Amino acid sequence: MSDDTEMRELPLGDWHRAKGARMVSFAGYAMPIQYKGIMAEHLWTRENAGLFDVSHMGQLILSGDKPAEALEALVPGDISALKEGRMRYSLLLGADGGVLDDLMVAATPTGLYVVVNGAVKHQDIAYLRANLPGSIDINHLEDRALLALQGPKAVEAITRIVPGVDQLYFMEADLFLWGEVPLWISRSGYTGEDGVEISIAADLVEALADALCAQPEVKPIGLGARDSLRLEAGLPLYGHDMDPTTDPVESNASFAVSKSRRVEGGFNGADRILKALAGGPARKLVGLSVEGKMPVREGAPIFAGEVQVGVVTSGGFAPSVGAPIAMGYVAAGHNSIGTALEAEVRGKRVPLAVAAMPFIPHRYHRRGASK
Amino acid sequence: MTRYFTDEHEWIEVEGNTATVGITDYAQGQLGDIVFAEVPAVGATLSKGGDAAVVESVKAASDVYAPVSGTVTEGNDALADDPALVNSDPEGAGWFFKLELSDPSELDGLMNADAYKAFVDSL
Repeated sequence: MSDDTEMRELPLGDWHRAKGARMVSFAGYAMPIQYKGIMAEHLWTRENAGLFDVSHMGQLILSGDKPAEALEALVPGDISALKEGRMRYSLLLGADGGVLDDLMVAATPTGLYVVVNGAVKHQDIAYLRANLPGSIDINHLEDRALLALQGPKAVEAITRIVPGVDQLYFMEADLFLWGEVPLWISRSGYTGEDGVEISIAADLVEALADALCAQPEVKPIGLGARDSLRLEAGLPLYGHDMDPTTDPVESNASFAVSKSRRVEGGFNGADRILKALAGGPARKLVGLSVEGKMPVREGAPIFAGEVQVGVVTSGGFAPSVGAPIAMGYVAAGHNSIGTALEAEVRGKRVPLAVAAMPFIPHRYHRRGASK
Repeated sequence: MTRYFTDEHEWIEVEGNTATVGITDYAQGQLGDIVFAEVPAVGATLSKGGDAAVVESVKAASDVYAPVSGTVTEGNDALADDPALVNSDPEGAGWFFKLELSDPSELDGLMNADAYKAFVDSL
């Protein structure tokens, strides 16, 4: 599970070890894969609140002359329409419309706050620097840590120590005070559950992690459960379910192509992406339910009869579903819900069916939604 | 009855010319929650060090190797319904398969319980 390549330390590395974590190399950092066990941690998060250290992710501030308008050349979202304190999921696009990364963008008083994936953050920054005008400043907040507190009791738990957090709705963000410590908190995450993500100065994150874990609802959760939670939530994992060879439509992320941008275009790969939106993509990322108990994992070929029509990009046992599930790319004509397919695992055929995602309903606290 | 261990964390309990094979408590602890186990078919011929069975945790699939060569006489059917037996009782009810040894001298290179414990402590 781990490899011998050099692993960099994150601010909470020793904190994880003291909590009994098993550490592995991920995105070049030593990170906790699990503490007590993936299954228990996954189920705890679905019922209570799980604390995830995601400090490996890149936190950036884009500022200067109209950073939202500038960024729109590289992402298909309507960033200039983002009001202060609002956040949006978007995609960093290569010149051909391939997905270089998926990211979160929030409008703040000092510029755009952008969170990118840890494994590609340095290449993202280089790409942004090369493709944004010189009038845009890119500040990589390397002195900040990032925590995610996720689960139905997450907001209740954090509001006890950081008053006012419960006033945020899904995809809203604001500055809060924990005592005298400023925290940038968004109501967001990557588990399908309600929850928050918290940006804090790296030298103070251990004290915050302790304060959160002192709440009865909160336990630290490793990367293993983070992966099974996001898979059940139907959320793609960059580098697996989307990459530079897939465009947003193929990647099942058409929702990230904002309405106004569909009319105006003007972003990388707009021709290819708008064509795929109109005529349907040649292949598409779909959810897959798996018959039986044998997990079907990344790399397994997908067949319709004798013909290979796709490949699994993420798969494993889904603790809250109680069965294996997967995501994968299938060719056009095989992607409607309920289509029967087969995967090949160790030379054996395993029946699959194209399934609606998410596998477990999202429980976001949306503005305007009835409770 | 004598129990031997491999450096791939299988155990093999030998009685006469037949043996029962499973993975050690250390191995199940490393793998974490087991969600699937695939045991070899009765009659399958296994060679020492070759693939014999598959065990899957939430995170990953791992091979179980044959500690010695032989012919499979029984697979543990209980693992199909309750793969977590490998976590709860790895060196008992969570066994994987039984086999008829084809070359008992292959046992000579395996570790006894004390040697295996020292090996695990060194990891």
